[in-house]
Amino acid sequence: MKNLDSVFAAYVIGWGVFFLFYLTIAKRTSNLRAELERLKNSLPRAK
Amino acid sequence: MTKRIILGAIAILLVIAAAYAAFFIAPEERTMGLIQRIFYFHVSSAWSGFTAFFLCFLGNLLYVWKRDRKYDWLAVSGAEVGLAFTTVVLITGPIWAHPVWGIWWTWDARLTSTFVLWLLYVSYLLLRTLVDEPDRRALLSSLFGIFAFLDVPLVFGAIRWWRTQHPQPVIMGGQGSGLDPTMKAVFFFSALAMHVLMLFLVAERYALEQMQTETEFLTREVEAQ
Repeated sequence: MKNLDSVFAAYVIGWGVFFLFYLTIAKRTSNLRAELERLKNSLPRAK
Repeated sequence: MTKRIILGAIAILLVIAAAYAAFFIAPEERTMGLIQRIFYFHVSSAWSGFTAFFLCFLGNLLYVWKRDRKYDWLAVSGAEVGLAFTTVVLITGPIWAHPVWGIWWTWDARLTSTFVLWLLYVSYLLLRTLVDEPDRRALLSSLFGIFAFLDVPLVFGAIRWWRTQHPQPVIMGGQGSGLDPTMKAVFFFSALAMHVLMLFLVAERYALEQMQTETEFLTREVEAQ
């Protein structure tokens, strides 16, 4: 099983990059959702 | 939202199946052995990255033509997702190269043009952070994005037009090139799985950009009152 560590590393790091990228999208979405909620709540008060 | 969840679930299942096929169904390559199995992940990530950059290019062209913000959302989504896929290509390539070539990296035409591609799309995203006005930001980044895409055919053709350290193409490589039929089937299945994953990520990123525009609009409304 020569180079098993390299193959394992390539797949794990690759999936790690995709997973981290997805996490950043999910985090930004969650922050924006909270911000949107805050803005929507402040609109009637402004009126 | 539900459609995106279903697409995400399909992407995960396909990607798991593709990894299984790469390890347990594809035959072992005679000269390189186990390390060749990186090929299924590396090349299919590269192809998916190219498709994501093409979506960005399409969004850029359509924005310049129609000036509709939704095309700018498509463009930035394609750019970010393409960059993630190209990052994976630039990581998995050297991991394959080290045991095979004895070096991690060389400045040949394919590797250099891929690195330049990565830098171009990092610049595209940086440019967007420098312009506050949304329409101006969309137009400037569209023009830059159209220019950046010119590197994609260069990356694709580099191993066909010039002699490189990077292996010659085994898919669409002309006479004398090719893959074992099982390897070819596993490769195309991996490419399909990675494309579904890419589309899922573009859809998620597009929804985020849509929400961002809504937030900007509401912020202006609140500030105006």
